[in-house]
Amino acid sequence: MSGFVRDRRTRRIVATFIGVEADLLRSLASQVVELLHHEHAVPDTSMDPLEALLEFSGPTTAPEDPVLQRLFPAAYDDSDEAGAEAASDYRRFTEGTLREGKAANAGAVIDALEEAGLPTELSEDGLVFDVELDDATADQWLRAFTDIRLALAVRLGVEADDEGRWADLPDDDPEAQAYELYQWLGYLQETLVIAVTR
Amino acid sequence: MGNCATMGAVSAASPVEVEPTQTPDEITHVAKPWVTIVWDDPVNLMSYVTYVFTKYFGYEKAKAERLMMQVHKEGRSAVSRGNREEMERDVQAMHSYGLWATLEKAEQ
Repeated sequence: MSGFVRDRRTRRIVATFIGVEADLLRSLASQVVELLHHEHAVPDTSMDPLEALLEFSGPTTAPEDPVLQRLFPAAYDDSDEAGAEAASDYRRFTEGTLREGKAANAGAVIDALEEAGLPTELSEDGLVFDVELDDATADQWLRAFTDIRLALAVRLGVEADDEGRWADLPDDDPEAQAYELYQWLGYLQETLVIAVTR
Repeated sequence: MGNCATMGAVSAASPVEVEPTQTPDEITHVAKPWVTIVWDDPVNLMSYVTYVFTKYFGYEKAKAERLMMQVHKEGRSAVSRGNREEMERDVQAMHSYGLWATLEKAEQ
């Protein structure tokens, strides 16, 4: 895996994947889709049943899951009452759209990998194939990489300038392995940013 | 979204409310009382943040890089200015890109 490059002749953005890497990326993207659909936005369970049926708007409170909290942060400083109310209004009108957009971006990664040759069940050893993206799809991939990396970083507790913490872990530590994956995704994203802006 | 502030922005933009002694800069300032703030986080790549600022706001690369460096070094940067509705739209776009953004009243 050498990352993404822009083909000078076709202007398409290309990366060569080996099967297991593509399978891993698909699995992470699927987990993001699942997470986005998992914690459903039911604002108030004490609502009158009819009122609940007619309630089409989004959630008004922040999600419980720390990953979702990071993906859908408060838009206003909510430490005072006015800010909390504004943040709640913003969330009601935006979170549904944002969730759908993020799920669509992760879905675009899965679709592109499968269209490029990743089988539903990976069984073949030594599978290698090229993934080609146009600029619009590359933008979706960049956003999906971001959401996957944010999710991993929240679960791992990644902080600024904490490289030493991960370097000190034994190689077979699950956290060390997850951190390595996080760094691999960061590398892939970096090559994709460079390819897109070239 | 933000109905009262939207009304405020409309009346502030109306010419009858503008003092004749104000400079054009001051008039712009009054008419655009909100800012979008992007906050530093340990995950997003510097190159990606610059990409988002050029792609979404249409900023020149130099300006996008300057704002990105301000986020990185000072922890936050005001990346756009406008009325409350416009800033909610910008914050939503930043959230769609996975950047940590909020909106607040501009310092007068």
